[in-house]
Amino acid sequence: MAGITSAEVSAQARVAAHMADVGVAVELETPEMTLNIGPQHPSTHGVFRLVARVEGEKIEDVEPVIGYMHRGYEKLCEVRTYPQITTLVNRIDWLSGYANEIPFILAAERLMGIEAPPRVQYIRTILTEMARIATFLAFLGVYGIEIGAITPIFHAFRDRERVLDLIESVTGGRFHPNFNRVGGLLDDLPAGFLAETAVAMDAVKRVCDDLEDLILGNDIFRERTVGVGVIPLERGLACGVSGANIRASGCTVDIRRDEPYLAYPELDFDVVTDTRGDCFARAWCRLQETREAVRIIEGACKALPAGPFMAKVPKVIQVPPGEVYQRAEGPLGEMGFYLVSRGGRIPYRVKIRTPSFSNVSILPWLLEGTYMADLIAIVGSLYFILGDVDR
Amino acid sequence: MTTAGVAPHAGSVLAYDIPWVDFVIPLVVKMLVIALLVPLSALVLGYLFLKLLAHMQSRLGPMEAGGFHGWAQLIADGLKFMQKEDVIPEAADKPAFAMAPAFVLVSVVLVMITIPFGPSLNVIDIDAQVFMALAVASIGTIGVLLAGWSSANKYSLMGGFRAAGQLMAYELPLLLSIVAVVMMAQTMNMQGIISAQGGFELFGTIPIPYVVPQFVAFAVFIVAAQAELSQAPFDMPFAESELVSGYATEYTGFRYLFFFIAEFASNFTMAAIGAVLFLGGWWLPWVPDGVLEVIGPFVLVAKILFLVFVFLWMRSTYPRLREDQLQRFAWKWLIPISLVNIGITGVLKVVW
Repeated sequence: MAGITSAEVSAQARVAAHMADVGVAVELETPEMTLNIGPQHPSTHGVFRLVARVEGEKIEDVEPVIGYMHRGYEKLCEVRTYPQITTLVNRIDWLSGYANEIPFILAAERLMGIEAPPRVQYIRTILTEMARIATFLAFLGVYGIEIGAITPIFHAFRDRERVLDLIESVTGGRFHPNFNRVGGLLDDLPAGFLAETAVAMDAVKRVCDDLEDLILGNDIFRERTVGVGVIPLERGLACGVSGANIRASGCTVDIRRDEPYLAYPELDFDVVTDTRGDCFARAWCRLQETREAVRIIEGACKALPAGPFMAKVPKVIQVPPGEVYQRAEGPLGEMGFYLVSRGGRIPYRVKIRTPSFSNVSILPWLLEGTYMADLIAIVGSLYFILGDVDR
Repeated sequence: MTTAGVAPHAGSVLAYDIPWVDFVIPLVVKMLVIALLVPLSALVLGYLFLKLLAHMQSRLGPMEAGGFHGWAQLIADGLKFMQKEDVIPEAADKPAFAMAPAFVLVSVVLVMITIPFGPSLNVIDIDAQVFMALAVASIGTIGVLLAGWSSANKYSLMGGFRAAGQLMAYELPLLLSIVAVVMMAQTMNMQGIISAQGGFELFGTIPIPYVVPQFVAFAVFIVAAQAELSQAPFDMPFAESELVSGYATEYTGFRYLFFFIAEFASNFTMAAIGAVLFLGGWWLPWVPDGVLEVIGPFVLVAKILFLVFVFLWMRSTYPRLREDQLQRFAWKWLIPISLVNIGITGVLKVVW
């Protein structure tokens, strides 16, 4: 007993007695480990933290810690004029900047009773779908990395760059276009845009086929994702999961079809759904939605009407009192703006409903009892953007 | 007691004639060559890996360092690693942490000495040569475990455990696939296996290497070697998206460089074992031995590069398996397949 103090002996005895009391075999017990996944971790899409209690590689429970990217946009919107706010909102989901502007600008137009000209509706549709393609191609590439395939990301990003170039040629910005104005757009389409779009869309279609072969058709990818992280429909709806995540669980909801806005009612597209609800179904839905987005863009380019790119609006945007909730089908799911105006040039209150915030709320339930490798597959398949979670 | 300065048995030592020409000088030369070959092979394969991966991913890869297609990129990387601060974490088990990369590298060097590069170009020529190659290859596992354990990092620990489980599970199919070759050649000496392949003739006229009759063993060998090398689809020990960088997470500078060299040099040695056992090593059909003395090393390196290409091709294409799927694949598929292959080989060996 040399070297062990009596205090240590009594401490050991107390632990042993406690273990005997609760019936745990002391020798066989593996101590649980608390693992901080993030904020600096390659797979957390920015600054996101998961505090996981793990036993070996098995996850006992997990708590997502959000808020690292909180930039206070809802408050900032209360001290900005309406044209200034689009600059803010296209930074919410930084991968699909343009798509963020749509629900806000539609809400402001609804409050003011302005209808944008048909050409504007079509151009907005085209650019929104391009943002969707850019986001989903990024997903398909990055999800490959998360599952362990290092090649798809480069192919996906190569052709995503074409789409971003197109967005840049119209708006002047790759990620933060700030192109919408209340009642219309900053400018018309540049010359040669439609021809370049046709070329880029062919490239996107090709890379979709390539990615389907390279990742979704791969046996190992299927092994890793089929039946993993299944979201039952009721559970998903209870957590407010939206977008491709809930459509993969069998819910046929698509705001583009259900509450038509922009030029969607005049365009031909299918709502992609799946019933399996696992990681594979979510990835598959996003791949198919990329193809549908190409279809929408090609249809819109063909039917693009001529006309002005701006409605008649007063020089100073003054929104009459009232409140409105406008939602739109963003790439990540339902994005909505609840706009309260008491008249004047700045809104009284802007509540932003972002899809990612609701989508991560299912994580603790979904991750319980899974393995470390599955955790990454599941977190990746939900596809949230941290700017969109924290605002 | 003897007087100071005079050894008690000086006479007997002086009487022993040191075999300078027969033993010591060749030994030193061999040691130098092997010591240079390990980092050199890592440099070449590392560069090829960067370029190959880049072109498979529609990129260019390194283009600046050294001028022509970035040929000096890896040299620049090596110098960069040497300049970096050698960080040892506060909580790390310091001797073990410092030693672990050396274990991994030494294992590669030891495998390298078993490879015959020509009809008479070998460092060692022993009967249990194949056995020794596989035995010393598994020393690296100790280094990996040490690194994972001593880093005092949870991700490193998980990576180390994953590596240990994986390397042990895939040692068996690797060994069993080689057993079939050893049965065909009836020797474990690598030169013997190469000359047995030279004498193995299809229809009595066309000499063919063992990859044709032993294609099942070859397939098992390629898969198991990929797992031993911890490359995708079996790269769970590193698993960047899950474990940051696995057991190498806490390593920096020179020690990280050791892991880096070992990674690519072990690619080389594993491909060399495959080339010797299945593709005939330095041997080419219908070429006289005198010519093979000269071109033998180049023939072997060409075969090695082909196998390395296959390894890297798999690495760039496949996603990663899950740990349990990896174990299931080894125990339920690879090991039974190679056991059946051994049985069939034995039966055919008796029949012919």
